[in-house]
Amino acid sequence: MTRAATVQRKLAFTVIGWSVGLLLFFPILWTLLTSFKTEGAAIQLPPKFLWFDWTLENYFEIQRRSDYLKHALNSGILSVGSTVLGLVVAVPAAWAMAFSPTRHTKNILMWMLSTKMLPPVAALVPMYLLFRDFGLLDTRGGLLAVLMLVNLPIIVWMLFTYFKEIPGEILEAARMDGADAAREIIYILAPMATPGIASTLLLNIILAWNEAFWTLNLTAADAAPLSAFIASYSSPEGLFWAKLSAASTLAIAPILVMGWFSQKQLVRGLTFGAVK
Amino acid sequence: MKTLQRGLLALCLSALAAAASTDARAQKLTIATVNNGDMIRMQKLTDDFTAKNPGITLEWVTMEENVLRQKVTTDIATRGGQYDVMTIGTYEVPIWAKQNWLVALDDLGADYDVDDLLPAIRNGLSVDGTLYAAPFYGESSMVMYRTDLFRRAGLNMPAEPSWDFIADAARKITDKSAGIYGICLRGKAGWGENTAFITATANSFGARWFDMNWRPQFDSPQWKNTLQFYVDLLNDAGPPGASSNGFNENLALFQSGKCGMWVDATVAASFVTNPAESTVADKVGFALAPDNGLGKRGNWLWAWSLAIPAGSEKRDAAKAFIAWATSKDYLELVAGKEGWANVPPGTRTSLYKNPAYLRAAPFAKMTLNSIRAADPTRPTVDPVPYVGVQFVAIPEFQGIGTEVGQQFSAALAGRTSVDQALRNAQNLTERAMKRGGYLK
Repeated sequence: MTRAATVQRKLAFTVIGWSVGLLLFFPILWTLLTSFKTEGAAIQLPPKFLWFDWTLENYFEIQRRSDYLKHALNSGILSVGSTVLGLVVAVPAAWAMAFSPTRHTKNILMWMLSTKMLPPVAALVPMYLLFRDFGLLDTRGGLLAVLMLVNLPIIVWMLFTYFKEIPGEILEAARMDGADAAREIIYILAPMATPGIASTLLLNIILAWNEAFWTLNLTAADAAPLSAFIASYSSPEGLFWAKLSAASTLAIAPILVMGWFSQKQLVRGLTFGAVK
Repeated sequence: MKTLQRGLLALCLSALAAAASTDARAQKLTIATVNNGDMIRMQKLTDDFTAKNPGITLEWVTMEENVLRQKVTTDIATRGGQYDVMTIGTYEVPIWAKQNWLVALDDLGADYDVDDLLPAIRNGLSVDGTLYAAPFYGESSMVMYRTDLFRRAGLNMPAEPSWDFIADAARKITDKSAGIYGICLRGKAGWGENTAFITATANSFGARWFDMNWRPQFDSPQWKNTLQFYVDLLNDAGPPGASSNGFNENLALFQSGKCGMWVDATVAASFVTNPAESTVADKVGFALAPDNGLGKRGNWLWAWSLAIPAGSEKRDAAKAFIAWATSKDYLELVAGKEGWANVPPGTRTSLYKNPAYLRAAPFAKMTLNSIRAADPTRPTVDPVPYVGVQFVAIPEFQGIGTEVGQQFSAALAGRTSVDQALRNAQNLTERAMKRGGYLK
C-alpha cells in the first residue's frame, strides 16, 4: 500500500516536472521550428508543427546579410569580461561585508540593490553624454564597464550570501597562521566558496549575454553584440518571423549550450548551503 | 599575488585597446536603417556605390523601427555622432530640422534633379523650402481588395470609393463560417499603427486633432462619427482579435485569403501580389482610399528618407551616399538587377512616366494618385495649426498618439465605449498640451 502510494507520488511528480519543463521549453522549441519554415509557412493559420517544408534558407540569408561571428564575439567578450571584472570587485567587497560587518552593512547592501530599481532609461541620456565625452560610444571598453556596473549589485549579493555560509573561524585560523587579507581571500575563501562563485559567474554571464537595453543603445556597428543582431531582423512592414527566429536561435544557441553543460554547477551553487 | 596583479593589468589594457581600436574610422560611413525590403536591397547593392566612390566604406546598422527611433533620437539630441546617415520618416524631419539637428541637403549635385521629386513628398521633407532629408521610398495608403470575392458578391469596386460603399461591401463579403472577413484594418495601439490609420480616416470625416488654438477636438461630432464607424465596421466585418492587428498581422491575414479588403500602406501592394508569399496574388485589385464626399480622402503620406545628423563629421561623404541612394541612377540599378517592380516607389515623378515601370507594377498609378491626394499642410477639411496627415508633427505626438491609440484599441476590443474612449482621449490630450505649453 505504502509502496503503491510512493510510486503514484513519484509518477505525479514526474508528470508535473515534465509538464512544467515542456511548458518552459516550448517557446524555444517553437522559435527553433519557425526558423526552418518559409516566411509564408511561419504565419500560416492554423500553424503546422512538424509537417512543413523544412528549409535552411533563413540561416543562409542571415549569413549573407549579417556578420554573426562579429556579434557573437562581442557578446562573448562583453558577458565574460564584465562578469570577471565584476567578480574582481565584488569578491573583496562581499568578503568585507560578510566577515567584518558594521552596523551599516545591511544599509549598504540595500543601497546597492536599490540601484537596480531605477528604470535604466532614466539614466540613458546622462550615460550617453558621458560615453560621448569620453569617446566610449560603440566601444567594447565602455560597455564592459557598464555591464559590470549593472550586474555588480547582484554579484555582490550572491557572493555575500555564499560567504555568510562559511564559518569565520576558518579564516581566523588562517590569520593566526599569518595569512594577510589577499592570501586569506585567494587561498582560503575562494576555494571554499568555489560552487557559489561558479554559479555567480555562470548566472551573470547569462544576464550580461541577454542584456538588451544598454547594449542596444550604446552601440552602433563595432561593439554591437547579439542583442543588436536580433533586433535587426524585426520589420514594421514585411514578414520577418522566420528570419527573426533563425537569428534568435543563433543568438541563444551558445548560451543555451553553456547553460546545459554547466547546469550541475548552476543548481549546486544556487542550492548551496542549508538555508537555500 | 603577482599573477593576479598581472592578470588585472592585462584586463585593463585589453579594455583600453578595445576602446581605442574603434577610433580608426577613416571615411567609414555608419548608416542607421530599418529592416524593410527596399533598405535590405540597397545594402546588397553597396558595391556599386563603393566602386564609384573609392575611399568611402559603408557600415550598415539595421534596426527594428522603434529601436531605431529611440537610438537615433538619443544620438541626434545629444550630438553623439554615432551615425553619419540616418533613416527617418516624415514625422521626424520637420521637428528635427527646426531644432537644427539635420544638415540641409540643398547641394546634392547637378545631376540629382531635385525638381523631379514628387511635390507632396518633397514638401513633407522640407522646412521653409529647404530639403533636410532625401526620400528613399514614399508611400500612401489605399484599398486592396479581392477581385474574386467582389465578383462573387456581384460588387464592382469604383476607382474612388466612398466609406459607405466600403462598409456595405465589407458586410456583404463577410462569411465568418468560411473564415472570410470583409475588411481588415489596423487595431493595434500605437501612434504609427492604429492612430495613423484612424487619424487619416478621421480627416475624410472632417475631424481634426486640434483647432487653430491647439485645443484638442475629440469632443467633436466628427470624431464621434469616425470612431463609431470604425468600431461598428470592424465588429461586423472584421477578423476576430482585430484590436491587436497591425500592418504585419493584417498582411498575413490578407495573404492567406482571410480578408476581403485591406486599407493600408501602398507598399503592401508588392507583397500581396507576390506569388511566392501570397495565396491570393492574382486576385488583388486596388482603389484609392475612401472618402465621405468632403473633399479629403482617408489616405496618409509617409516617406522613409535619408538625412545627415548635424553631429556627423563626414558630411561630404554622407551627401555623396545620399545622392547615390536616392538618385534616378539608383532606380535604374535596381531595375537592372532585380526588375522594375522592385524599385523603391513613390519618390520621383520620372518613375511614373517610365513605361517599363508602369508595365511591371500594376499598382503604380494608384500609388502615385494616392500620394498626390495627400497634403500634409492641409490634411483635413478645416484648417489646422500642424503639419502631417496621419500624425501631428510636434515632439509630444509620439506619446499622445500612442495613448490615444490605446483608447481607440480599447473601444474596438469592447473594454470601453466609443464615447468614453473619446472623453479619455480628449482629457489626456488636453493635459499633455497644457504641459507642453500649447494651451494655457
